[in-house]
Amino acid sequence: MTVTSVGLGGRAAAGGTARRTRLFREAGLAYLLLLPALAAFGVFTFYPFLRNFKLMLYETPPVPGLPAHYVGLHQILPTLTSAQFTQSLVTTLVFVVLVVPISLILGLALAVAAHRRLKGIGVYRMIFSSTVVSSVAVASVVFGTLLNPVVGLLPWLGINPTPPALENSTWALPAVAVITIWQFLGLSFIIMSAGLQSVPDELLEAAQIDGAGPWTRFWRMTVPLLSPTIFFALVVSTIYAFQSFGAVDILVGYQNAANLHANVLIYEIVNTLQMENNPGAAAIMATVLFLITLGLTLLQMRFLERRVHYAN
Amino acid sequence: MAEVSFEGVTKRFGDSVAVDGLTLRIADGELLVLLGSSGCGKTTALRLVAGLEEVSEGIITIGGRVVNEVDPKDRDVAMVFQSYALYPHLSVARNIEFPLRQRGMAKEERAAKVKEAAVTLGLDTLLDRKPSQLSGGQRQRVALARAIVRDPQVFLMDEPLSNLDAALRVQTRADIVALQSRLSTTTLYVTHDQVEAMTMGDRIAVMSHGVLQQVAAPEDLYAQPANTFVAGFLGSPGMNLLPGKVAHGPEGDVAVEVSGGSVPLPPALRAAAAGAAEVVLGLRPESLRLDPVGPLQAEVTIVELLGAETHVICATPDGSRVIVRQPPQAAKPAPGDQVHIALDPDPAALHLFDAVSTQRIAGP
Repeated sequence: MTVTSVGLGGRAAAGGTARRTRLFREAGLAYLLLLPALAAFGVFTFYPFLRNFKLMLYETPPVPGLPAHYVGLHQILPTLTSAQFTQSLVTTLVFVVLVVPISLILGLALAVAAHRRLKGIGVYRMIFSSTVVSSVAVASVVFGTLLNPVVGLLPWLGINPTPPALENSTWALPAVAVITIWQFLGLSFIIMSAGLQSVPDELLEAAQIDGAGPWTRFWRMTVPLLSPTIFFALVVSTIYAFQSFGAVDILVGYQNAANLHANVLIYEIVNTLQMENNPGAAAIMATVLFLITLGLTLLQMRFLERRVHYAN
Repeated sequence: MAEVSFEGVTKRFGDSVAVDGLTLRIADGELLVLLGSSGCGKTTALRLVAGLEEVSEGIITIGGRVVNEVDPKDRDVAMVFQSYALYPHLSVARNIEFPLRQRGMAKEERAAKVKEAAVTLGLDTLLDRKPSQLSGGQRQRVALARAIVRDPQVFLMDEPLSNLDAALRVQTRADIVALQSRLSTTTLYVTHDQVEAMTMGDRIAVMSHGVLQQVAAPEDLYAQPANTFVAGFLGSPGMNLLPGKVAHGPEGDVAVEVSGGSVPLPPALRAAAAGAAEVVLGLRPESLRLDPVGPLQAEVTIVELLGAETHVICATPDGSRVIVRQPPQAAKPAPGDQVHIALDPDPAALHLFDAVSTQRIAGP
């Protein structure tokens, strides 16, 4: 009896060791396969991310060639209270408020319009989503031409502000916002279309039989059921708007951006680093942008948990 | 309460015909079951009544009013969907209340109606829950409550029990029949489950490939199927259908020669069979027994033990399948055994169909 149990125990122990060895090998293989991705992320994402925190603690003299010196947390408050930063932050918030709601509403409207079983609707879906593959440079050049005070679309329509839209402190930011809205519209349309696909037809049919007209069905069924998607699109478009600066760079430029109230935060960061050679201040502003993005992401994750309750 | 009628109704989707020339009347207060396999057009027929699909040809009336052009919300019908289609973001109470709210009913009246429907279906303790917090059976009852709360002219039910487990299905089946009988609301009930159809329907309309095959009370449908489709579709297992030829004997006796033997026709069927040459012989599994002197010879392929009965599945020499339903105490053959099959207890329990038209020629 004793011999048997010892024998069994021995086998079990041997089995356990073999299993551990196998698990160890599998884990080793998994990490090996992950290595290229980890290396790429490490070099291009994690290292710069961590390095940014270090840069915050150093001040670079305005004269080129001199070494940066450690100042600890001392340059944080002056940077965050500088007129340069606060104006840029306000500009960015205005920009976000201009871009996000309009691109979402237009995206939803186009998605609803294209969410029908009609012949040839695929062509419209392709057109509506096509802006997602256009580059900011191409979009800027095209819109730059449209906004041109001599040969553009605006003068043709009889709208000709003086100074011209892109040199006008009232209209420069809205003009850039229009380009960003146009660019984001494709993604907004795709996200909203995907959301609409997940709203079961039967629910809308049930509501129709229960007496709801098209308007009620949209507001009482489609929109609530689409709310996780809308919220997702809201967060994505907000992050997108916070990080857009290509059109400002191409159409407004560094010299005019601040004067025309078009120096969005990320453009301010780039210029603080490149033009003013001030990596410390740029790193502090980059951290603020990171915290805003992080906050939005956390908000979205918390909201998406509610989505579980919608599963029928 | 209202009569519903289809008059020559056809529905096409592009080139395919989902419902083909359907003419059918559902009497006031009747529970009519539309039965058929998937894709037979039964759900499309239901959706045509609801107004979720447009009629290609023909007329649909509800309570004598032609509704072809009437919006779904103005047809005064309530529908229970297979998926229940509960509004996931609304509580049970708000789900039940939704149709009343859309009709602009006053708040107090709405609350009273919701309470009444909830009590009827045993949902009064669940009113604050969301659909995702309910079991399948509870969701099904919410869908029913939402349908009855409006007191509509017609109930439309699209396979409402198919997502429930077997035990709950039996219970809910009885509950729906009791509810319908109490409310006396005209009901069109779609299912592919013949047990549901047989136990629930005042009448059953069998459909296949968009065409109505037969409408009759359950017992008539079972006893006198109009064609081979209905004969094979109803019953568990369905009727054995053996193609054969009518043979006339020297003394006026008539038999049907099928693969594996010759089955003599009872006198009552002889006259009816006189004009036919190619026929299909229909034999219910419960009318057959294994008997060494039976006229049909076949080989046993499978023996299925179901507890209360045994199904002996045999193949005739040409491969036609014959199922014999035996009581549990009967001797069980083994697969591969050669057996003879006799008609039992009544040789009159055989059906004859025309081989070409598949229509019924004669039967009990």
